[in-house]
Amino acid sequence: MIAAADSPSSASSSPWHFFGYFMDHRSEDLGWLWTHAWLSVVPVIVGLLIALPLGWLSRRYGWLYPPMMSITGLLYTIPSIALFVLVPPLLGLSSLDPLQVPIALTVYSVALLVRVVADGLASVPDEVNQAATAIGYTRARRLFTVELPVAVPVIAAGLRVATVSNVSMVAIAGTIGLSNLGQLFQIGKDLSTPTAYYPPIVLGIVLCVLLALVLDSVILLLTRLATPWRRAVAAR
Amino acid sequence: MIRFEAASKTYPDGTIAVDALDLVAPSGQITVLVGPSGCGKTTSLRMINRMIDATGGRILLDDQDIGKVEPAELRRGIGYVIQHAGLFPHRTIIDNIASVPIMLGRKKKQARADAMELLERVGLDQKFAHRYPVQLSGGQQQRVGVARALAADPPVMLMDEPFSAVDPVVREQLQDEFLRLQGELGKTIVFVTHDIDEAIKLGDQVAVLRVGGRLAQMATPAELLSNPIDDFVANFVGRDRGYRALGFEVVGALPLEPEPTVALSSSFDQAARAAQDGWILVLDDARRPQGWLAVDDGPAPGSEAINPVTLRRGGTVADVDGTYRAVLDAALSSPTGRGVVVDRDGAFAGTINATQVVELIESRGVAS
Repeated sequence: MIAAADSPSSASSSPWHFFGYFMDHRSEDLGWLWTHAWLSVVPVIVGLLIALPLGWLSRRYGWLYPPMMSITGLLYTIPSIALFVLVPPLLGLSSLDPLQVPIALTVYSVALLVRVVADGLASVPDEVNQAATAIGYTRARRLFTVELPVAVPVIAAGLRVATVSNVSMVAIAGTIGLSNLGQLFQIGKDLSTPTAYYPPIVLGIVLCVLLALVLDSVILLLTRLATPWRRAVAAR
Repeated sequence: MIRFEAASKTYPDGTIAVDALDLVAPSGQITVLVGPSGCGKTTSLRMINRMIDATGGRILLDDQDIGKVEPAELRRGIGYVIQHAGLFPHRTIIDNIASVPIMLGRKKKQARADAMELLERVGLDQKFAHRYPVQLSGGQQQRVGVARALAADPPVMLMDEPFSAVDPVVREQLQDEFLRLQGELGKTIVFVTHDIDEAIKLGDQVAVLRVGGRLAQMATPAELLSNPIDDFVANFVGRDRGYRALGFEVVGALPLEPEPTVALSSSFDQAARAAQDGWILVLDDARRPQGWLAVDDGPAPGSEAINPVTLRRGGTVADVDGTYRAVLDAALSSPTGRGVVVDRDGAFAGTINATQVVELIESRGVAS
């Protein structure tokens, strides 16, 4: 704090000044936080809806599993910034279209979740599936009332990874001009000439981490509510 | 009634799992399919509910060709129990049992109430109702599996090695209760096992299958033991089949000998005076045998009473309605050579020795 007294301008550029920066730009930052949150969550939900049939197919038809995993694995290796830039021309959208980021992130979520769904379905014990078939469940009924509920723990673990990684990828979209917490990094960079100015960058990191923690906890909580049978062992 | 008419299963690679099987499982009876690994017994079982479709011949269920029935529809009328029970891990015990009735459109409340009754019927306390499968032992899970198969009261039950994965003591309990339950319910049951002893214990009739899915012999257990059709069946049925066959014939009138007895509450002196050849049989207040007392063992330390610790309790006890095997075993396992026989209430009736039992066996004529 002595240094701060010596040089007022460096006090405000201290990394620890991020809270002050937040208070000064509250409404803008909260707006970005909100956008950031739904940009992280919606693609995971849409991705799961697409991954469910794909994962089911690659489990149902064994020969589909290896190519499906290779393709989705390859999708994941496309650098996110490249995908953000490529989505508008490929789909005929304008640059900075509001759908640009959700579409790109949905691709990543699908890539991650197809494997998760297939492996989740594979985690259902064979005798459980046999019993369901033998008592007269149709294939659809078995899938929705037995296989998917039993696969919830595996699928939920995948959802957590997808959601948290989306939080970080949304921020990258911010650096190409889309409005979310990533903007804070761009601002920090712009304000860092000629001397480094950290508060917006640190604020961006802090808000991203907090957002990831909150979303992760929500999924964890929902999973626990959906799988009371998983805790039954402890209650013995 | 289930009738296999030259039913076959050939896989695309040419493997023949079941080869032109002709077999009838009569209504209300237990038909056991038994045989070594690869004999097609499980495949045959699964062909009945179309978990596996026959590639040749046909299977009739009450004169209806099952190949013409929608599989899911067919299975709802057939209970199915498998080796590890296959309970739904995410459903409570009560909801596991109620699965089929609820699928069939019964009201949840009613289905659960019925499931509660079934839970008791298969010998499980109602306190298990709201637990999850993982909280139950293997034997308990298997009981739930049976209850789930029974829940919609299907006329037919298929059981695929249902008792193989539990320890021998529990297995025997489950077998006994299964027989008791079948005595009440009279289902048409097809039961698969690799264990010939289980087949003989449970089956009204036993079908022995050879590797390659061919029927070697179909007979009642007693007939199988006394009259195996060829070397394969004889070897499979086992060496001590002569002795085991005795387990299917009730002796009838037993020439019982009287035996001096004392109550457990008697003094050691009273017991010693009544003893015969240095041994005395000790009974409880309901006259149930407690064990043999050897006079040489002396009284309980520092008292005049019978020492319960030295009672020889190892001998088996035969019922007056027992089989030759049970009576012979009682004689052979008794430390005095005198086998203890009890009446229907478990009260002491008399003794019989091994020589007498063997005479009875020899005079009974040719095994039926």
